[in-house]
Amino acid sequence: MSTDSPKTLFDKIWSDHLVKQRDDGTSLLYIDKHLVHEVTSPQAFEGLKIASRPVRRPSATVAVADHNVPTFNRENIEDEQSRIQVQTLANNTKEHGIEYFELSDKRQGIVHIIGPEQGITQPGMTMVCGDSHTSTHGAFGALAFGIGTSEVEHVLATQTIVQKPAKNMRISVNGDLPFGVTSKDLILYIIGQIGTAGGNGHVIEYAGSSLKPLSMESRMTICNMSIEAGARAGLISPDQITFDYLKGRPYAPTDEHWQQAIDYWSSLPSDTDAFYDKELVINSSEIAPMVTWGTSPEDVVAVSGLVPDPSSAKTENKKKSIERSLDYMGLKSGTKITDIKLDKIFIGSCTNGRIEDLRSVASIVKNKKIAPHVEGMIVPGSGLVKLQAEEEGLDVILKDAGFDWREAGCSMCLGMNPDQLKPEERCASTSNRNFEGRQGRGGRTHLMSPELAAASAIKGSIADIRDFD
Amino acid sequence: MDKFITLKGIAAPLPIVNIDTDMIIPKQFLKTIKRTGLGISLFYEMRYDHQGQELKNFILNTKPFNQSKILVAGDNFGCGSSREHAPWSLKDFGISCIISTSFADIFYNNCFQNGILPIVVSPENSKKLMDFASDQKEFEIDLPSQNISVEGEKIGFDIEPYRKERLIEGLDDIGITMNYEQSITDYELLQKKNKPWIFKDIK
Repeated sequence: MSTDSPKTLFDKIWSDHLVKQRDDGTSLLYIDKHLVHEVTSPQAFEGLKIASRPVRRPSATVAVADHNVPTFNRENIEDEQSRIQVQTLANNTKEHGIEYFELSDKRQGIVHIIGPEQGITQPGMTMVCGDSHTSTHGAFGALAFGIGTSEVEHVLATQTIVQKPAKNMRISVNGDLPFGVTSKDLILYIIGQIGTAGGNGHVIEYAGSSLKPLSMESRMTICNMSIEAGARAGLISPDQITFDYLKGRPYAPTDEHWQQAIDYWSSLPSDTDAFYDKELVINSSEIAPMVTWGTSPEDVVAVSGLVPDPSSAKTENKKKSIERSLDYMGLKSGTKITDIKLDKIFIGSCTNGRIEDLRSVASIVKNKKIAPHVEGMIVPGSGLVKLQAEEEGLDVILKDAGFDWREAGCSMCLGMNPDQLKPEERCASTSNRNFEGRQGRGGRTHLMSPELAAASAIKGSIADIRDFD
Repeated sequence: MDKFITLKGIAAPLPIVNIDTDMIIPKQFLKTIKRTGLGISLFYEMRYDHQGQELKNFILNTKPFNQSKILVAGDNFGCGSSREHAPWSLKDFGISCIISTSFADIFYNNCFQNGILPIVVSPENSKKLMDFASDQKEFEIDLPSQNISVEGEKIGFDIEPYRKERLIEGLDDIGITMNYEQSITDYELLQKKNKPWIFKDIK
């Protein structure tokens, strides 16, 4: 590619991090920030030890325990394996001089919440983490993607990763978001349109007028679920909203570096006429509040819709897959989505565990009670999100409504800790995956926005926020 | 890493689309700090009942498929979580080749780190191979010539040359990258000038 041909945001970050283009067609890409957590790192550190390799640049890595930590009574982790795993991370980071946010540190939280919160995540960076939802950080215009444990070891040892360039895909959403429609609905709608493999091999850049006014929190929700569309990364061009969010955060550039950084960040947005391998344009008026009915994030329908009929499927494979999902979910085709009764509500995760999400939920449940048969749990995305919510009095509103108020972590998004669904329990969840068994064996997950989940908690069944008062 | 050159044996058919890594290895097995011992928990929820007893009708619990080294699966295999525990559990069970019409990116990469060959075939060939697998026909996978042979039929497949070479030679990526140490250092020194706020620690 010549230097003056128009480039996408992805192209610019890529070429700026290219250490070596190798003869075998692979590229060695420099990694600016590596985030590490307890579940996907022990075997990587073990690998380094076996090969007597040091961590090449410890200051480029930050570690935190989030996936496998309890959300209450966590002074002493009861589960032995979980305790050992968390302790192993503490030991490994100490041995290699890597910064580690302990469980008792107020900055502890979900790795994809704390990166942005601390200002670690910055435009134009390359970032990796042994977690697929690393795509979240793309909201800042950082090229951020999930990697496996062998690659975690590779990055620790060399501060680089072996890659082939991804293809560019642009999804433009234009127009104001209709009443009741959030960025969660927008991304669920997109996944429904392109499918869970629709972004395979691509990095998705989200653009269009609908995104311009969105807060960083909302943008993160969109990029977060890029992986559910099969893309390794999502990207949004940095702008004034991005810069304002970062200014003054602990790890953000300061003094003379701040202006230098702004100048660089301002050069990143895609050039006019840059080439995209795939393009999709969406008119925001098409989008309604969305809910998943099945066991794949592409199984979405408008909240005002019906559980689908397998016989309407275009292919035999799709028909079988709908039948299997309906059987697992215990649903009959033709049922109104708003007639689906719920047992649990989970508010949290790297998708929707930020302060803005908690504010929305609180505003909906204020002076109301959740339905008597429903259990509601709120897990703030980080210790700082929790403190902020408590400062604003949100915890009181939420507890008065009947929600459990927990400590920060991934919690029931993946249910590695004790927060799980029982078989056949049905949950409205603000998380990102409704896979079979994801939130607990036999558990039934309906993904939705925090607003819909909050209204559904009060109603006791899935609620359409547009009819809710 | 184990080398992969050729592989011969029956293949287990698993005609489900979007098999995610949560299905391949559920969360409760991610608490380990080791890479080994996960084979027994592969496809746990499809393979065992609530009491932990083997479900007789699950393909990998039936003879001769419980000895399969090859898996033929539905579209978009390995989507979802980046957990490398998924390929570790497949490998530990004995599977070192997976055939599908498509794979999720991270899972696909993770396979090559563990001596597993993921093969992409067309929907037509996938259907054909799924039938051969159900009929317990012997598959022969030949990586150097990029062919799957079953019942006298040869189906070619594509693979990027660098991935092929690494599998055949059983090469360690880190070792190869470390040969570029000087380039990495040069890069850091250059970028310290351009983006000093990111490279404060680089002297």
